[in-house]
Amino acid sequence: MSKMVHKTLRHLGTGVAIAAMLATATAHAADDKLVIVTSFPSDLTDVFKNAFMKENPSISVEVVNKSTSSGVKYLIETAQNNQSDIFWASAPDAFEVLKENSLLAKYESSVGGVASELNGYPINDPDGYYSGFALSGYGFMWNERYMDAYKLPEPTEWEDLAKPVYNGHVGISAPSRSGTTHLTIETILQGEGWEKGWQTIRDISGNAKTITERSFGVPDGVNSGSFGIGIVIDFFGFSSMASGFPVDFRYPSVTALVPANIGVINNAPNSEPAKKFIDFLMSETGQGLLFDPKIMRLPVNKSVYANAPKGLPNPFDGSIKSEVKFDTAVSQGRYNVVNSLFDVMVTYRLEDLRAAVVAIQEAEVALAENGSANAEATKLIAEAKALLHTLPVDEAKANDPEFAAIFKTKRKKQTDKVEGRQAEIEQEWDNQIVQNYQKAAELANTARFMF
Amino acid sequence: MSSAAIARPVRFSSLGPYMVAGIVVLFLGAFLLVPVLKVIQVAFQDPSSGSFTMVNFQDFFNSSLFRQSFFNSVYVSGMSVVFASAFALPLAYFTTRFNFSGSVIIQTLAFVPLIMPPFIGAVAMQLLFGSNGSVNLLMRDWFGFDIPFMEGLNGVIFVQSIHYFPFILINLSASLQNIDRSMEEAGQMLGSSGFRLFRRIVFPLAMPGYIAGASLVFVKVFDDLGTPLLLNVNTMLAPQAYLRISSIGISDPMGYVISCILIVFSVFAMWVAFLGMRGKDYSTTQKGGGGLSKRDLRSHEAILCYVVIFSILGIVLAPHLGLLLLSFGSVWSFSVLPDSFTTSHYGTAFTSAWTFIKNTLIYAGLAGVIDIVLGTAIAYVVMRTNVIGRKWLDYLAVSALAVPGVVLGIGYLRVFYGVNMPFTDQPMATWWGIIVIALAVRRLPYALRSCTAALQQVSPSLEEASENLGASKFRTVRRIVVPLMASGLVAGFVTSFSTAAVELSATIMLVSTENDAPLAYGLYLFMQSAAGRGPGAALGVMAVIIVGLATYLSHRMVDRARQQRSSMEQATGDVA
Repeated sequence: MSKMVHKTLRHLGTGVAIAAMLATATAHAADDKLVIVTSFPSDLTDVFKNAFMKENPSISVEVVNKSTSSGVKYLIETAQNNQSDIFWASAPDAFEVLKENSLLAKYESSVGGVASELNGYPINDPDGYYSGFALSGYGFMWNERYMDAYKLPEPTEWEDLAKPVYNGHVGISAPSRSGTTHLTIETILQGEGWEKGWQTIRDISGNAKTITERSFGVPDGVNSGSFGIGIVIDFFGFSSMASGFPVDFRYPSVTALVPANIGVINNAPNSEPAKKFIDFLMSETGQGLLFDPKIMRLPVNKSVYANAPKGLPNPFDGSIKSEVKFDTAVSQGRYNVVNSLFDVMVTYRLEDLRAAVVAIQEAEVALAENGSANAEATKLIAEAKALLHTLPVDEAKANDPEFAAIFKTKRKKQTDKVEGRQAEIEQEWDNQIVQNYQKAAELANTARFMF
Repeated sequence: MSSAAIARPVRFSSLGPYMVAGIVVLFLGAFLLVPVLKVIQVAFQDPSSGSFTMVNFQDFFNSSLFRQSFFNSVYVSGMSVVFASAFALPLAYFTTRFNFSGSVIIQTLAFVPLIMPPFIGAVAMQLLFGSNGSVNLLMRDWFGFDIPFMEGLNGVIFVQSIHYFPFILINLSASLQNIDRSMEEAGQMLGSSGFRLFRRIVFPLAMPGYIAGASLVFVKVFDDLGTPLLLNVNTMLAPQAYLRISSIGISDPMGYVISCILIVFSVFAMWVAFLGMRGKDYSTTQKGGGGLSKRDLRSHEAILCYVVIFSILGIVLAPHLGLLLLSFGSVWSFSVLPDSFTTSHYGTAFTSAWTFIKNTLIYAGLAGVIDIVLGTAIAYVVMRTNVIGRKWLDYLAVSALAVPGVVLGIGYLRVFYGVNMPFTDQPMATWWGIIVIALAVRRLPYALRSCTAALQQVSPSLEEASENLGASKFRTVRRIVVPLMASGLVAGFVTSFSTAAVELSATIMLVSTENDAPLAYGLYLFMQSAAGRGPGAALGVMAVIIVGLATYLSHRMVDRARQQRSSMEQATGDVA
């Protein structure tokens, strides 16, 4: 049946081909071609493309820009007849997905001076399928005019963002939407532990004005002044400052530095130019380009830091403390569980969460104003908090590969059997979460009205 | 007028209509049905075994989140139709009923809201109407309170009605222009006038256009994900589908289940709209008069009309004013206006804009033409022939409205990447023509509604007359039907063209080289970085101007053609 469809389509194609001939006649190439699929903005790619083509005039570089998720989908769907050479993007998990689907080819550049690890965390894929070319850390950026207008203090640690003073002023993206946010969430979970980490995440999210649909929505919102503080990856902060917006950026003491990556695609039609491009990217010239004011990322080649612009820290001399030893295997294993859990607990139920968090904050203020001596109110508030922070899954279950498999519909073998469906489990969680949030708000309100 | 439709005798038994229907089915089958089915088949698969099942749909109805999303979507769509009608009715009535110096300009401007460039339009809206946007900053300064225009479901209704009311305006205006003047005159002679005349005679006669527009608004708002995402409202169906389909590495079947539900409900809504029209005959034989009689306004009436028109235009064009400010502003952050003004963004945008603009004009133009050809063919087959199952042709085309752009994009890659183009040996999915086809399929429902409404107002007796005089079916369609549908066709072309010009979600999946990329893709490139906001806005302004100009020219063309026709008719005597 589908063969017949294909045949019909091919005939149809012939019909319109003449028009196509006219249009494609203009396309002519240099000796070599290089097709790069990337999620980076043209502000970044143009700089590298131009410098690379200057050094290699015989190679014409074609940059195809797609969001990380559509880039991954594009490569998966086009693998049968691959035309792309390089995938170039931030989120390591996108590369993991490609690697799992055998869409990457091994290549390890041998350019000198490039660090292979930072504080024990490997910068390149241990199996050699992709390499880090720049480092990024997570922190928060804020709009100075906004902070002045609302008289907000500058935050320094993750916990600060959970304070009542920031209620309704914070913006974050969802981990299922943004690979970088996923890493932030996972960093907090690994740094503070599963229970405590989710507590922090939910307290911060309860202060959120909005959960943006893409990572760039967060710096965009801070730049516009839609909300005051955003949790972002460092270069969003640096490049916004460099573009003249009245914003500032800071790393909290618990943060992880993670690499932004590049990899050669399996069966790349132009694998030699692709390797050349990666070598160029890792060379001192290439790494130096990362200091461009519109880019502002941290190089992995230690030798170029001598020329770093003011205000850009050097992670190799300890000017950024990263206390978290990031475990990629753990992160990978529960990747979808964490995403789904965040969406069910925060993204889709933000209003209920916010109502509960505000009620608790107000009850605590009322309690403190009345000398903190009311035992019954104290007890009610503690109960409310416990309800708010209840997790539908514990760490052991989240890390259990069998449980995680429910969230992956892509089966390795036809015979692999998975118990339960994602929708079923999400519905269970949702029931419990909504009930808990509403009960927590009720208890906190009861406590507040005692005064 | 509302006499039961006379069953038209079966007027031809030739294969002609079946061939036309066959070609349309082939096109829609290849470029809509097969690619979409390839993707959403996941909805019918058991996630654990891969066998056929309906359990995913059971999960959908068991989920309180999805049920809530469904009701939110229905509520928002319904309310948007109400507000969009409130914007559109006065504009359509005033400009077609009275002599205004700038009717064409008003009609063109009022149409601009449809052209909301992706991403950058959202930024402009936030800077103006957001909780710390210009309006609220001023209100807080002056009155000490603010209004949450852009929050929650009401925010979605607000933005959607601004965005999509032109659908009603365009189709209603086209209908009003087609009303037989003698009906109105008869009403007047029998003593009716003013609002009563409008309510009892004029509006009912223009019903096909209103229903076409209103049903489009309803379905479009129901299926739209751009606005809810811009406001970060995700407890609605379309954004739920999108969020679940487009996250990395997850292949949750629920996204595709929701897509199915969206499609079924959209077709259902169109069916209800069709039921509302059934059994009524809106066609009139008299076509020489060219719509309602226009009259001059007394000065106080004119002032009142202008106040209404300009306040509506003021609200609906505010986002574009914001866009203009953004494109000339240096830094605009937490302030009423940008800090200072510059023209440098236009310089940056121009360096890359030319290819984008050229591609956009070609793609959207071709898509618009394909759409009105297909739209006319479908409308004709559905309303004038007795091809078996003809209503389904209409539903099939309309279902394109409910297919998320990502789904269509993935479907095209899946089906057409393995097919190589003849001669060039390049995968068909990377050929620029596939972008044109994707745009045409996605925007076909718009053109189709306009074509259907236009054909509804053409009396079959004119065709019968033509055929009695010996003209062939094809000649009749070409010489009689299509010219009589002209204003509806232009309305269809303009809606398809302009909305195709700013489409992004399917395009971004399909663009394979920057040389083939349209403007929306260029915008997307800029909107990925802080420094790109100004140039992005400049590119957005260019898009709006180009599409606006094209719209204005199309209106002018129709007006001129109509004038020519009526002067010719006056010379040769009345036609009907």
